[in-house]
Amino acid sequence: METLLAVSETSQRPDLRALFLGFSSVGLSGFGGVLPFARRMLVDERRWMSAEEFNAQLGLCQFLPGPNVVNLAVVVGKRYRGLAGAIVAPLGLLAGPLVVVLLLALLYDRYGSLPAAQAMLRGVAAVGVGLLFAMAWRMAVAIRDKWLFLPFSALTAAAIAGLRWPMPSVMVAGLALAGGLAYWRLGRK
Amino acid sequence: MIVIQLFLEFALLSLVAFGGATALLPEMHRVVVDNHHWLDDTTFTHLYAIAQAAPGPNVLVVTLVGWEVAGLAGALSATLAMCLPMSVLIYLLIDRWESFSGRRWQKAISLGVAPLAVGLVFSGATLIAQAAGFGWPAYALVAATVAANLRLKKVHPLWFIGVGAALGVLGLV
Repeated sequence: METLLAVSETSQRPDLRALFLGFSSVGLSGFGGVLPFARRMLVDERRWMSAEEFNAQLGLCQFLPGPNVVNLAVVVGKRYRGLAGAIVAPLGLLAGPLVVVLLLALLYDRYGSLPAAQAMLRGVAAVGVGLLFAMAWRMAVAIRDKWLFLPFSALTAAAIAGLRWPMPSVMVAGLALAGGLAYWRLGRK
Repeated sequence: MIVIQLFLEFALLSLVAFGGATALLPEMHRVVVDNHHWLDDTTFTHLYAIAQAAPGPNVLVVTLVGWEVAGLAGALSATLAMCLPMSVLIYLLIDRWESFSGRRWQKAISLGVAPLAVGLVFSGATLIAQAAGFGWPAYALVAATVAANLRLKKVHPLWFIGVGAALGVLGLV
């Protein structure tokens, strides 16, 4: 009941259809990450949640592994329509883009071996790599206490890209070390 | 059964996908190309390029990998494997999480994860560049994209992708 009351302040509860359509629009409008579009739909357009609520929910979804936006859809869906909502919202998010991507895959299977297609994909891949480096740069800039924590970025890159160690063990070890350091820092402040 | 194997591998991957599917690229490459030889380097790079050019969440690169490995069943099982485990966990955890907010260990974990995610995304970029076997024109395009993306914040990345495709077709990359 408490959540219901808190919700009614921002807007009326969306039904399953609205959840599906709302998240479909998010999924189909974003290229290379749809999180900004999720924010616009949820907070600005449909007012299903306030900006503070969105940030709080996103915190959890980014902190846990897995596709952040899918996690967010589950949280929003559950909040308004329980289990059915938690199923329908991510389905809406993924269904449209899934069809598009599979159509592209069919095209790739048929024409991907043509020299022109290969050359085009090479250009797109180069831009994609550039976008990834830029994303890593922006994420690095956002980190606080850089001198303390950025060495862990370098270690992770060395272990994964250099030594090709398996990611699960690298992540567990890295999280123990970097998380432990953060825990110690938080205690000193 | 390759579909079941695919499902199990990707479900395991989903549990360490801190930073989303983008951070997962190096490990996906390791599992799919190096360990199982389901795809070769070139196809893997192409699939990444297609996912970049398509609308939708980043996770759909997983769908493409699944498709190339085992058709429609592969595409659906890979996508489901990537999304389902954490969705179930988060469905069960969300109510409890809110009561934990602000705790020291919780802050410590989110502070600790961030630098690791930076390393993972960086590794993903490096590995794709290696797998694609880029020459200097491609690296010049990479550098130009980094500079343009960081400088021109208002320009949608899709424009850069369009430029990349055009330069590629012209045989300049």
